[in-house]
Amino acid sequence: MKYAYFPGCCDHTSGREYDVSTRAVCRALGVELVEIPDWSCCGSTPGHSTSHMLGVALAARNLALVAEMGLDCTASCSACYQRLAMANVEMQNNQELCKKINWVTGKPYHGGVQVKSILEIIAGLRSETISAKLVRPLRNLKVAVYYGCLMVRPKEVQVDDPENPLVMDGLLDAVGAHALDWNSKTECCGASLAISNEDVVLKLTEKILADASLAGAECIATACPLCHFNLDMRQRKINQVFGSDYRLPVFYFTQLIGLAIGLTPIDLSFNTHFVDTKRVLELVG
Amino acid sequence: MRIGVFVCWCGSNIGGVVNVPRVAAQAAHFPYVVYSVDYKYTCSEPGQNMIANAIKEYNLNRVVVASCSPRLHESTFRSTISRAGLNPYLLEMVNIREQCSWVHANEPDQATAKAIDLVRMAVAKAARLEPLFESSIPVTKKALVIGGGIAGIQTALDIADAGHKVLLVEREPTIGGKMVMLDKTFPTLDCSACISTPKMVAVAQHPNIELLTCAEVTEVSGYIGNFTVLVKQKARYVDHSKCTGCGTCWEKCPKKVSSEFNQNMGERKAIYIPFPQAVPNKPCIDADNCRLLNGQKCGVCARVCAAQAINYEDQDAYRQVEVGAIVVATGYDLFDWAKAYGEYGYGKLVDVITGLQFERLVNASGPTDGKIMRPSDGKEPQNVVFIKCVGSRDEAKGKAYCSRACCMYTAKHAHQVLEKIPGSRVFVFYMDVRAPGKAYEEFYQRTVNEGARYIRGRVSKISRKGGKLLVKGADTLLGAQVEIEADLVVLATAMVPAQCSREFARTVGFTTDQDGFFQEAHPKLRPVETTTAGIFLAGCCQGPKDIPDTVAQAGAAAVKVCTLLAKKHIATNPMIARVNESLCQGCLLCRDVCPFKAIEMKAITGPAQGRTTQKTVAQVNNGLCQGCGSCAASCRSGAIDLQGFSNEQIESAIQTLLEK
Repeated sequence: MKYAYFPGCCDHTSGREYDVSTRAVCRALGVELVEIPDWSCCGSTPGHSTSHMLGVALAARNLALVAEMGLDCTASCSACYQRLAMANVEMQNNQELCKKINWVTGKPYHGGVQVKSILEIIAGLRSETISAKLVRPLRNLKVAVYYGCLMVRPKEVQVDDPENPLVMDGLLDAVGAHALDWNSKTECCGASLAISNEDVVLKLTEKILADASLAGAECIATACPLCHFNLDMRQRKINQVFGSDYRLPVFYFTQLIGLAIGLTPIDLSFNTHFVDTKRVLELVG
Repeated sequence: MRIGVFVCWCGSNIGGVVNVPRVAAQAAHFPYVVYSVDYKYTCSEPGQNMIANAIKEYNLNRVVVASCSPRLHESTFRSTISRAGLNPYLLEMVNIREQCSWVHANEPDQATAKAIDLVRMAVAKAARLEPLFESSIPVTKKALVIGGGIAGIQTALDIADAGHKVLLVEREPTIGGKMVMLDKTFPTLDCSACISTPKMVAVAQHPNIELLTCAEVTEVSGYIGNFTVLVKQKARYVDHSKCTGCGTCWEKCPKKVSSEFNQNMGERKAIYIPFPQAVPNKPCIDADNCRLLNGQKCGVCARVCAAQAINYEDQDAYRQVEVGAIVVATGYDLFDWAKAYGEYGYGKLVDVITGLQFERLVNASGPTDGKIMRPSDGKEPQNVVFIKCVGSRDEAKGKAYCSRACCMYTAKHAHQVLEKIPGSRVFVFYMDVRAPGKAYEEFYQRTVNEGARYIRGRVSKISRKGGKLLVKGADTLLGAQVEIEADLVVLATAMVPAQCSREFARTVGFTTDQDGFFQEAHPKLRPVETTTAGIFLAGCCQGPKDIPDTVAQAGAAAVKVCTLLAKKHIATNPMIARVNESLCQGCLLCRDVCPFKAIEMKAITGPAQGRTTQKTVAQVNNGLCQGCGSCAASCRSGAIDLQGFSNEQIESAIQTLLEK
């Protein structure tokens, strides 16, 4: 199984743990990832909210590169996944737009590439593939599985049921963890508003942390670098502002799966989190 | 052959475009035409008199009327010429309005030329018209009503009161339908059961009504006046002729299951009557849940039954019934919101209930004796949120249409909460408030004045917050987000056609609309009839309705049935297919293409080349044939003609155009 891999900007910077753990887990599970040569930023939220054309064009250029590789495409970051997948749908369904975009990028893309999120790919593996490698089941680790808003919306590219997604829950259950039934699975964390209006993000993120704690979570699992950033790095600030005392480690789902299939915490970059992960490691044993 | 041509102006509808006098003048030169005239309103009384007089004066034996659509006035002009002594089928109508002046409003010259050609063709066809005679078919003086909700009950009672026999078939163990589950009815707040149970009893006691519960119609064949229906009486395991309804069996039955009648908010036994006032007031065994019928040791009900009415060996039985008319009143189900609305918890939040569940909660004979309680802990709710249009007016997740009754029953529920729970707070999320019935708006205003807070906007999410529900929504009038901590949330779910109705539509060959409701023959002028003659509709199987509308429609359907059953015979349309048996090769291709199942196989014996031979031919059932002509078009040997549209008549109309 071989995919063109789009790491995205976050994965090389603030979300390095996601990139490292994704590559490690995929290697271990026999999924070959080939980084797209000369890939460029997907535009993320600022791109398409500035200009629709810009949003599609940035993603379309990357898709054109993937087409040259003759592979299907995957991205770990859910924003990158969503932008690539959405541009893919639009380029295929709107000939007019497709023509314009190809003129803009100078790198014609006419469809044919499939875009999948890394979550879909790992969840799509046969259950034996993971269970055969399972060496350290995350017994009874109570996880609040957080999907954020981009993985399951909009309708054209959603990975799972937008109201109650279960794909990541299923994966974590399969490695022995206990995925909790909680309310804020798909609530927005405020995402990139962190840059322009941090107050909004603090408020929204606090709600998610509060809800996870209320449900009895020992950690949060996510599939989006921005969600991770807001929940993990900002947790201290939230505690300051709201006078709370959250100490909820926030993991990428790939880190937890990696742990369960015997990769070391260092391999999975556990040491670069802001909220200490030691407690979870002790729990898992 | 003496043909008269009458060209109508239809005021300015035709006359404003087509040069009507010129059409009439030209028509005078066509073969066999002895009289041709134009007139402003041919369908009016003087217009009709003009035709009748001309028939006598010029001794006309064929009449051509060039005017509007035959759909509108063919029967008018047929009776006109019939009054003047001509066979009514010696009339030919030309549509020079819909098919000429209206579609060519901007090209009057060409429209006139086309009108002349149309009349030319009609004259050629008229010259070959034959008199046709209606035959009559007998009427079985009995009606079948399918569905024992308030619509079916009312229809059955009305027909029976008019003196006709009625068979009422109901799937469930009792009649009463949804109405008897309701607590009070808006806007008068009278007790729903108090007005429906007497009607249920009246059905059971009426000498003209035969009631079959736990029964289904599985097959319908035949035609108006002469339907043959197969009814399946499902096994009840209780012999109702012996049972006295004493109640010992269901008191002693050890198996409890949740009660459908109480919307799963209460329990019943495996042998049960759905509710104390059920009709018939005799139990049946729920085979899926009965211990004995599932191979376990039990048999308690049989042991305690003094009347020895329990029969575990009972089987489904079929019965064939002949009826003259059928009324379908299969009602509605509620939209399955738990499948579609993840934001409201997919049915997993126990304190989110439907309006019908609320009816049971607030009903004095319901599972809580009328005390409004939260299902989760039995506590009295203080904050109650109502959400309207769950599945209605929501093309993304539900149905596009408005379910008509929800605005009002939600207002009623809000009133009931405020009345029964002192200090309670009620919030109603709505899109619009639709209160168009008599005294409906006043009722809604009264609820608002009592303190129900109406919030215009949809609810985006319901989630758990401690022991409560957190309802997040938008107030679109304030332009603000709203969060309410609720103890109970009640959803006004859309009405959808009853689950059985799709299957039933296939059984009868019904047309349904895009939402699965049965299609009426005409939305305005024939609202209780279907396109199948002799089958009528009542109640929510045709579309969402409240109780007054349902009862009104049920009465209308009953009148239609009575009109039909009042006749000994009904005249059949003679413009149907006719088989020339000497030409027919018996391939029966016509039988395959006939949409009305009107063609049967017939074996005939007759002389051929000096010997007596047997052969197979097609035979048309006059009662079923609707004169569509599919068979005639498919017949390879030209053995089938549609009377009034024979091959010869059509060919001569075309021929005259080619020879022009």
